Amino acid sequence: MSGPVMKVATEPVATEKPIGNPIVAAAATWWARVRGGDAGSLPALLGIIVLVAVFASLRPTTFTNAFNFANLIHQAAAVIVIAMGLVFVLLLGEIDLSAGYTAGTAAAVMGIAATRWGWPWPLAILACLVTGAVIGTAIGLLVAQLGIPSFVVTLAAFLALQGVLLKLIGEGGTIAVRDGTLRAINNNDLPIWLGWVLFAVVVVGYAAVVLRRGARRRASGLAYEAIQVTLIKIAALAVLLGLATWWLSVERSRNPAVTSLKGVPIVVAILLFLMVFLTFVLTRTSFGRHVYAVGGNAEAARRAGINVGLVKLACFTIGSTLAAVGGIMLASRDNSISPSTGGASTLLYAVGAAVIGGTSLFGGKGKILDAILGGFVIAIIINGMGLLNQPSSVVYMVTGLVLLVAASVDAISRRRARSTGRV
Amino acid sequence: MTVPEGAASVAAPAYAPPLLRLRGMNKSFGPVHVLKDVDFDAYAGEVTALVGDNGAGKSTLIKGIAGSSPFDSGEYVFDGRPVSVTAPKHANELGIEVVYQDLALCDNLDIVHNLFLGREVTKNGLLDEAAMERRAQETLAGLSVRTVKSIRQPVASLSGGQRQTVAIARAVIWNSKLVILDEPTAALGVAQTEQVLRLVRRLADNGLAVVLISHNLNDVFQVADRISVLYLGRMAAHMKAKDVKSNQVVEVITTGRAEGIGGITNGNGDLV
Repeated sequence: MSGPVMKVATEPVATEKPIGNPIVAAAATWWARVRGGDAGSLPALLGIIVLVAVFASLRPTTFTNAFNFANLIHQAAAVIVIAMGLVFVLLLGEIDLSAGYTAGTAAAVMGIAATRWGWPWPLAILACLVTGAVIGTAIGLLVAQLGIPSFVVTLAAFLALQGVLLKLIGEGGTIAVRDGTLRAINNNDLPIWLGWVLFAVVVVGYAAVVLRRGARRRASGLAYEAIQVTLIKIAALAVLLGLATWWLSVERSRNPAVTSLKGVPIVVAILLFLMVFLTFVLTRTSFGRHVYAVGGNAEAARRAGINVGLVKLACFTIGSTLAAVGGIMLASRDNSISPSTGGASTLLYAVGAAVIGGTSLFGGKGKILDAILGGFVIAIIINGMGLLNQPSSVVYMVTGLVLLVAASVDAISRRRARSTGRV
Repeated sequence: MTVPEGAASVAAPAYAPPLLRLRGMNKSFGPVHVLKDVDFDAYAGEVTALVGDNGAGKSTLIKGIAGSSPFDSGEYVFDGRPVSVTAPKHANELGIEVVYQDLALCDNLDIVHNLFLGREVTKNGLLDEAAMERRAQETLAGLSVRTVKSIRQPVASLSGGQRQTVAIARAVIWNSKLVILDEPTAALGVAQTEQVLRLVRRLADNGLAVVLISHNLNDVFQVADRISVLYLGRMAAHMKAKDVKSNQVVEVITTGRAEGIGGITNGNGDLV
């Protein structure tokens, strides 16, 4: 017990205010960070809690039931994945306005390949991803090599891809998705037991990673959070994911005799995989570090020998490829691709999700988890307002307001960080 | 610590050859002849101040040394060997690092990340944070830096002097031999200037060759062993700091004439 406490005490920050309890100390450090302008995921988490509380009290039966919970996840999936891609672009301090129609266009390519040409689903998905990657590479080359502002390039791509999508599908038409696997991606559920296996893998995996990292750092005499704090985090994750898994394992079909609906949606496994993989890329590889460096100070990154153009190109390519994955989710959910797939508010919701989650529009700050938390905030608003039978006009206005609040939090915390950060 | 300790005691007897030896360097930008047959030396274990009025060619000279804007002609000798430095990479490979005035730090990254920016330590293709943090601690300790609370705090939260310290630490973390500091105290207050100057002196005492560019002669006299004065693209004088007075240096800076001042050396580093 005293070992970890001692370690905390050796960390210079903690020595300033000697607090006996490591949990209290960690909380104090965290609160100081929030006050210093680094709110992290706090606004998004508060947003989710408040929104859930409001909608749950207004629509106690329909909002919180298991059916709607699963529905919420299906609705949020595409926006979350597109937002994950946008995190890479926003980290650079750039923007991709074309991500929505990139999703639509890539989905249309997939639909044509699968339905019209009868390609097997893995090839159709590959075609979809390649389409996204090609679009992203083109945008990235124009931004990084020609130096055109990303706002202009992607605005042009936004308009052009809208046309490409229309051309691919044909005026007024739609492409049906008939392939069972493609439909299953964002409609079907994992078997109950597999859902629990997924839960166990995530919790044990997380615990193994953080405990091992802590042990290694303490072994080599470096500061790390107290073991109690790590254990609390693991326990919190286990409880939260456990509750979610349990709630998703409940039979939620209105008529179970006809079709049974239960289990963790397949798309959850995909989202978790993407989150872990992309977080890993951003935090544990040189490339990820360079992304943050370019977003923080491109000139400093250039002088440090980082190939700034290549980093930008890679981020736009990653962003558009993830948008294509989002396109798969959209097409799967709707069982079809129409000229409006990825259009309307898709892009704005995705940008909103990333920003609400805590990714800065000014570059250099953000993480993949932001996309998930922010995506849920957006999805809860849309879903809850729908249950309240609010017209689209109100939904748009509320969503706009929430985005504005998020952007304000970003700007204010940035100013705070500037004023408190520099002594 | 990567810099040999104790090198200070044997540092730079008068007869030691310079670590960096430039002879007859020329540089033109189009029709403008910015550097005219400039000679310059920097010695291990010594701080060589490079002074001169605005437009004298100080920045052009260091950009030539650093390879970011190579010389047109001249003899570039480093560590006794004639070398060709035509890109910043070449200079880095020789062990030459420049700390520019704007420091080139990423505010959103912490101290460790900034120290290893672009040259991250990896293990199995992944960042080795523990190794980087240990080495960062060692380097900062070797520079006797104690003012930084935690090396995991973002650089944005540091004071001007601390930022300068991080930039200097980044220059010496890779076994560098020659560190060029461009106006390191220009934006600092009194206490922080003091702190940075002590660090500059310590670098030289640790055996590095330090080139200090400064407008502030108080700073120069506080830490420099040698002073080189550029005047309108020519090297007006080399002198030993202990042999001259501040007003004499000012005279050379403003007039370019060094006659009648004791301790002036000619271009070969010999006393006149």
